[in-house]
Amino acid sequence: MRPSRDHGETKGELMDGLLPELEVIRADFPILTRQLADGFPLVYLDSANTSQKPQVVIDAMVDHLERHNANVARAMHQLGAESSAAFEEARDKVAAFINAPSRDEVIFTKNASEALNLVANTLAWARGPLEIGAGDEVVITEMEHHSNIVPWQLLTERKGATLRWFGLTDDGRLDLSNIDELITERTKVVSLTWVSNMLGTVNPVAEIARRAHEVGAVVVVDASQAAPQMPVDVVAADVDFLAFTAHKVTGPTGIGVLWGRRELLEQLPPFLGGGEMIATVKMERSTYAGIPHKFEAGTPPIVEAVGLGAAIDYLSAIGMDNVKAHEEAVTGYALEGLSTIKGLTVLGPQTAQNRGGAIAFEIDGIHPHDVSQVLDSRGIAVRAGHHCAKPAHKRYGVQSSTRASSYLYTTPAEIDALIEGLEYTKKYFRVD
Amino acid sequence: MDLDALYQEIILDHYKNPHHKGLRDPYEAEVHHVNPTCGDEVTMRVHLSGEGDVAVVEDVSYDAEGCSISQAATSVMADLVIGKTVPEALAIHEEFLALMQGRGAVEPDEEVLEDGIAFAGVAKFPARVKCALLSWMAWKDATSQVLGARTNGVAAESKEQS
Repeated sequence: MRPSRDHGETKGELMDGLLPELEVIRADFPILTRQLADGFPLVYLDSANTSQKPQVVIDAMVDHLERHNANVARAMHQLGAESSAAFEEARDKVAAFINAPSRDEVIFTKNASEALNLVANTLAWARGPLEIGAGDEVVITEMEHHSNIVPWQLLTERKGATLRWFGLTDDGRLDLSNIDELITERTKVVSLTWVSNMLGTVNPVAEIARRAHEVGAVVVVDASQAAPQMPVDVVAADVDFLAFTAHKVTGPTGIGVLWGRRELLEQLPPFLGGGEMIATVKMERSTYAGIPHKFEAGTPPIVEAVGLGAAIDYLSAIGMDNVKAHEEAVTGYALEGLSTIKGLTVLGPQTAQNRGGAIAFEIDGIHPHDVSQVLDSRGIAVRAGHHCAKPAHKRYGVQSSTRASSYLYTTPAEIDALIEGLEYTKKYFRVD
Repeated sequence: MDLDALYQEIILDHYKNPHHKGLRDPYEAEVHHVNPTCGDEVTMRVHLSGEGDVAVVEDVSYDAEGCSISQAATSVMADLVIGKTVPEALAIHEEFLALMQGRGAVEPDEEVLEDGIAFAGVAKFPARVKCALLSWMAWKDATSQVLGARTNGVAAESKEQS
């Protein structure tokens, strides 16, 4: 018997890996008490899209705006010093969060897309050892988010280089059988997602990075889905660039992170030109600031950085290993529940092993938009569509899917609500 | 949230048994429209006879993939425009557009919209309005391509497949 929503806590105590005191964690997120239309409590299963924000993040941002607001690095007054210190402290927190060897290697961007575009663009402009030309190859995978496909298409088109990609196996993993044919002496860049936003697959990043480094390629990792739900260690993974976004790690929108290996960042030309990224400017030419400021033209997202710092403190206090265990437990429970629904097919790995919390699925005879509409009428928020991963959908012969994605605040009772909601959806559309 | 206002029986019927589905010859214009945010797609062919104000919509054929709202809207639209003159069909399009953009405040005219009145509830779900309009936009695009080609003196012969 599945527990009813009221008994989620009881079930939770029985389940291995769930965060202890889950109700205390949930109380940190004010939005989780929202009542939606017709009195349904919010069941938020769209965290791969954006996570909800704990009170400490909201408070840190409000406090900064109320008490410390000033521009950074340029204002010489007391508030300027406070604001600069808060901004740079966030950089320290990010560096520690991903085990970056140096805080200077942490660059704040607008989001993960901008971080990936920064790498692809500056590589397109690079001269010397990093220069990419005709005959060179960039390798990505078929499970990338569009933001880790399009920048590389643009780069290879502009440089006359060739874009290649890893295919996917039927069970939603990277097909590594032809890795030695794909990653060759011609390969200049290998860019891949750590965790798929659609299939949930956790990719063997360190293994692929090892092979890429053997041929001298640069390894770029999209950690947008990894950073929220598992420990990320750029040294252990031995990658060269890593991107993620604040709003998926309980932080605010408007700020992303690019980490890059110092020697590579120093070799790359600037991205955007403007204030803060210069050493000196003459009318004829300019010289540039050192990293990270070389890549941070203009007033940065200051209060957003403060929010990101608070988010990282929050996650670190819980412990990313514990968040990971929680995600695995909830994902396993969800996969088990979904498998009981006739006509439902999960796209991607069928077990929680090496799998993130995003679960995309389809139901015979009901379009994903209609599934999400009916779920929404019961307060259950999921995403429907191609999730910015059209090629991966095409690979599995589907146009779109419904995606439920959990996070550290998700309870087994909410998964029960999803399963019940899906059974209701089938009844509504009279599908057996 | 009134789901039944959105998913009227008429809509579900058209979804399960779409009218005029499939791509047919002859046709003078074929268009492919997508809804980039959700991925709904429609390939639509329009076959017109005659010219100017007396041009008649002889056939609308399509291959579409998408949600119940977009599929039913395509089926209803084909029902509504086939056999009408282009000005008549455009007037129906205007009426349907006004209904969809009316945020639920527009009273639909069954004389004009027939089964299309079932979409009145969709107007209350802003995220779904674009689903209902996808095929109408495709039809309008294809129709203006045919008429444009004719006014420009380009021979708009039927593209019969061998």
